[in-house]
Amino acid sequence: MTLLAGGTDLMVDLNFGRKRPERVVAIDRVPELSHLEGNGHVRMGAGVTYTRMLAEDVGSAALREAARTVGSPQIRNAGTLGGNIATSSPAGDTLPVLAALDAVVVLRSKQGERRVPFAQFMTGPKKNVRRADELVVGAEWDDAGPAQTFMKVGTRNAMVIAIAGLALVVDRPRRRVGVGLGSCGPTILRAPQAEAFAAAIFEAHGWDRHLTPSDAELKEFGRLVATAARPIDDVRGTAAYRRHVLAVMGERALARVWSIT
Amino acid sequence: MRLRLQVNGTEREAEAREHESLLTVLRERLGLWGSKNACEQGECGSCSVLMDGDLVCACLVLAGAAEGRDVRTVEDLAAGEHLHPVQRAFVDAGAVQCGFCTPGFIVATAALLRDNPEPSDAEIREALSGNICRCTGYGKILEAVHRSAAQGYTS
Amino acid sequence: MTIAPPKTRLRGVVGESAPRADAPPKVKGEFLYGSDLSREGMLHGATLRSPHAHARIARIDVAAARAMPGVRAVLTSDDLPTREKFGLMRADQPVLATRVVRYVGEPVAIVAADDPEQARLAARAIKVEYEALSAVTDAVAALQADAPKLHDPKDGNVIEDVRVVHGDPDARADVVVEGEYEVAMQDQAALGPEAGLAIPGQDGGVTLHIATQWLHEDLRQIAPCLGLPEEKVRLVLAGVGGAFGAREDVTLQIHVCLLALATKRAVRMTYGREESFYGHVHRHPARMWYRHGATRDGRLVFVRATIVLDGGAYASSTFAVVANAACFGAGPYRVPNALIHAVGAYTNNPPTGAMRGFGAVQSCFGYEAQMDKLAAALGIDPVELRARNALENGDRIITDQPIEGSAPVAEVIRRCAALPLPPRRSSNDPLELPGGAGNLTHGEGVKRGVGFAVGLKNVCYSHAFDDFSTARVRVERDQGGVVARVHTAASEVGQGIVLVCEQIARTELGVQRVIVETPDTTIGSAGSSSASRQTWMTGGAVLAACREVKAELAKRARGRRLEDVDVAELLGTPVERVVTHRHRPTEKRNDTTQNDGHVAFLFAAHRAVVDVDVDTGLVKVVQIATAQDVGKAINPLAVIGQLEGGIAQGLGLAVMEEVQLKDGAVRNASFTDYLLPTMLDMPPVVCDLIEFPHPDAPYGAKGVGEPPTISSTPAIVAAIRAATGRALERVPVRPDDIVFGTSSRSGWRVVAGDDPRGAERVR
Repeated sequence: MTLLAGGTDLMVDLNFGRKRPERVVAIDRVPELSHLEGNGHVRMGAGVTYTRMLAEDVGSAALREAARTVGSPQIRNAGTLGGNIATSSPAGDTLPVLAALDAVVVLRSKQGERRVPFAQFMTGPKKNVRRADELVVGAEWDDAGPAQTFMKVGTRNAMVIAIAGLALVVDRPRRRVGVGLGSCGPTILRAPQAEAFAAAIFEAHGWDRHLTPSDAELKEFGRLVATAARPIDDVRGTAAYRRHVLAVMGERALARVWSIT
Repeated sequence: MRLRLQVNGTEREAEAREHESLLTVLRERLGLWGSKNACEQGECGSCSVLMDGDLVCACLVLAGAAEGRDVRTVEDLAAGEHLHPVQRAFVDAGAVQCGFCTPGFIVATAALLRDNPEPSDAEIREALSGNICRCTGYGKILEAVHRSAAQGYTS
Repeated sequence: MTIAPPKTRLRGVVGESAPRADAPPKVKGEFLYGSDLSREGMLHGATLRSPHAHARIARIDVAAARAMPGVRAVLTSDDLPTREKFGLMRADQPVLATRVVRYVGEPVAIVAADDPEQARLAARAIKVEYEALSAVTDAVAALQADAPKLHDPKDGNVIEDVRVVHGDPDARADVVVEGEYEVAMQDQAALGPEAGLAIPGQDGGVTLHIATQWLHEDLRQIAPCLGLPEEKVRLVLAGVGGAFGAREDVTLQIHVCLLALATKRAVRMTYGREESFYGHVHRHPARMWYRHGATRDGRLVFVRATIVLDGGAYASSTFAVVANAACFGAGPYRVPNALIHAVGAYTNNPPTGAMRGFGAVQSCFGYEAQMDKLAAALGIDPVELRARNALENGDRIITDQPIEGSAPVAEVIRRCAALPLPPRRSSNDPLELPGGAGNLTHGEGVKRGVGFAVGLKNVCYSHAFDDFSTARVRVERDQGGVVARVHTAASEVGQGIVLVCEQIARTELGVQRVIVETPDTTIGSAGSSSASRQTWMTGGAVLAACREVKAELAKRARGRRLEDVDVAELLGTPVERVVTHRHRPTEKRNDTTQNDGHVAFLFAAHRAVVDVDVDTGLVKVVQIATAQDVGKAINPLAVIGQLEGGIAQGLGLAVMEEVQLKDGAVRNASFTDYLLPTMLDMPPVVCDLIEFPHPDAPYGAKGVGEPPTISSTPAIVAAIRAATGRALERVPVRPDDIVFGTSSRSGWRVVAGDDPRGAERVR
């Protein structure tokens, strides 16, 4: 049985004759999957489209920024959070954000609900721990405050699959820094050394204060981000470029969110 | 498989294979050739239609999943010889060359102006970035969108 | 001199921006393209293609495919009615691979079935045993003695070899610059997929509705391969969803006709996007070695170049592409001494052929990069250096042909440079910066650069080709009054030849109502919608036919002035004239390519302003300014449409468009990974149309389609160089090239001007 949400992944395989599933279950009109609740702890249903992420308060500025980079208005109207999660492409634009937020993927089957931290959800390119009898019903995360951003690199100014993507979350209330990397390895990666490095600086200067980072600190953060990557050469970009640009993005991201309290 | 679709305000029935997209059914089964088949993966916008009011690529909609939904195609816009203002503007501005992308642009522009009647250049460029044109370089399309906005697209 | 009563002003005459007659059906979705055609009970075709770049076919087993439900025909090379091959300029391509396949994607078998899914599955069920052969996928390697030979061993993989030897090829100069340049493979990416509908006739013949650039050339190639006389094959133009050169060659035409003849049923074939990348020819990739010499005050002394073009597995139009690359290889400049050696090679890559500006695009990227290098070496402003060397009327290009008619090169340069620059960047909105929607920069790392380039190309066909177009113009009375009907075989591919014909007929005849009829092969050839030639040729044919019609009307008016007569009175019987129009003859190319090989020349200049994020290597083109010598704008709006659209394709080649190959296979055969410019990538274009009428062209109107694609690419790259300081010797420019300054070396040592067959591998 194959599940169909927004269709933006599955339909390509059908149109190109790569897949002919015996049964397709369309879940795009299941209202229970379209819930969106905020208030400190965000619960987002799998059926929430990218367009809704842009239009409504989704409890994550980075997720909003990520949604804006997805495809085109047509794709954003159709594609969903759940589709992005279930497809588990390393280039899925919302996934680095979920990683940086320490989000939990919520799965459900007849046996009940299963909650998997995003860090343990993906196991490889387009591979994850979802069982055949399970449905991704949504994701949840704690509202991490406004100090977060997402950016991605592509050789076109719109409608492009990421050569590399990065989400940075500075969760001041929980005194935590999260970095999620897309298109830089077989799964979405975290950058634990970079996270620890940045957290230590915040720790030293005080989590609640405005800070101006030194250029050296920004550079070091970028360098540590890049070392977390496990990139390959492919049709969209080279491994060397991916490493390079991750360092640039890391540096810029930290500079961008540093002053946001 | 037998499908029942609501297309341009009319109930339509069609026989289709399970894997077929809404685009294929519109074109090959219902003879609505206006929505175009250029990339079949949502990268060009040539098959843009409205489904329950949302702008989508018909090639990425499984036909079966469109049952019970309100589908509007480019054929829904003109009233006989009387062109919709967006269509008129595309003709007058010189925004049509080979015309293969045009139906998709027309539908996407109508959707844009419905939600944002006076878009800026930047807003137009972002809203139509999912529609590829290989002929015009987009300059005259941008102008056509402004023209239709100035005329009030609903008129 | 008009026929209509003076009080009724005609709308839509020559010089007016009249709207297109085909635009209303196009905006309504009613205009039918090739892929929109259908017939009750038609079958659907599918193609099985080679997965190998070079292999022997040991065995093909079609039994399983033939037994599948709905399958009506399965054809391999054993089932073909003849052994005829096809090809635009050399018949070297088998209709279906016979014994050997020479590229990934070569058609091996075709299928017709009741529906497209059955056809596709049946094609997949055909079992082919291949024995792999060693493949050559580097064009320079293909030219060396030790390379496997793909066709006739005598030719050693050389398709065409053109030398231009002008003045003293060994001339020396005070200041010399050199470089190696590369142009990657570009795809025309017309949005309308290849499509055709073949309907078998009672007479054993076939009618083919097809989206093509040249009906009669298709016919010339199709009929022998079907084993039919040309009279039994009728072609009708289907709606064409863009072409840009990709529909110059035969793709599915013969296949769909064969299936219709085999099944005695109507058959439609439509390529999907992935198949389209394998199904049509692409722009020739090029490797170029250039050496320019100049005096210290910036006068060009010599240009030497070696240009190697990758023709892929079959010749297509490689002959003309090589000739163009060589003839225009020094640019629109006065160059007293030149040696250009251009060679097109067979390789096991997908075949390459026509794409907008062909040949001229590749060498322009090389010589314009050289002009900037020279300007830097001399300490002269790059625009000034170009103006100082600009061709003038009466000057000779390096093929020794004098430029007659109009050569406003200095004017084009001056007026382009004078166009207003865009304002300084005022916004930090990422959408207006490099990386766009990716939210990558809010101004960090962004540097602006400005670049300039000028280009040159011929219009119409060259080198003694019998280039003509045929038009029938008929004026008659019907219920609506007086109507002029124009019939030609000229393909409307989007460029607007329908407008040109309509506006010329209206202007000449003074008749408001002009109907341009559907092109087909019942009338004489119009030649191809290519080489920027239809306005000159078919426009010229319509003009000539109209003047003959007018002469007949004047005769019927018996001495009264036509202005004073109600034309309807003269049309007791319709007046019809068919005229075949030729341009002045051109000369055959000789050994050193020193002759009057071309009809006339087109010039354009482009100035690009770019913002580059130097840390990430991403580019946002901010503005393109262009001045183009158009002779006369028959429809200014349509001309601007050609300029803007051509620039968009030039922009694509500059920064994103590349068919990536690995061992001969296309790695990015989809619009997900073959990136085309979107509305967010294409900047505003500022145009200045320069009208110096050419005495031989209708109303002086030269062609306009190709120059926008020729010099826009080097202008953009020059701007990126100015912003980054990188050498950037390859297009498309990749982020890596900007960030790391990676140079693109072929791995071959070639002295500019030398024969590439003697190239040495760099160790």
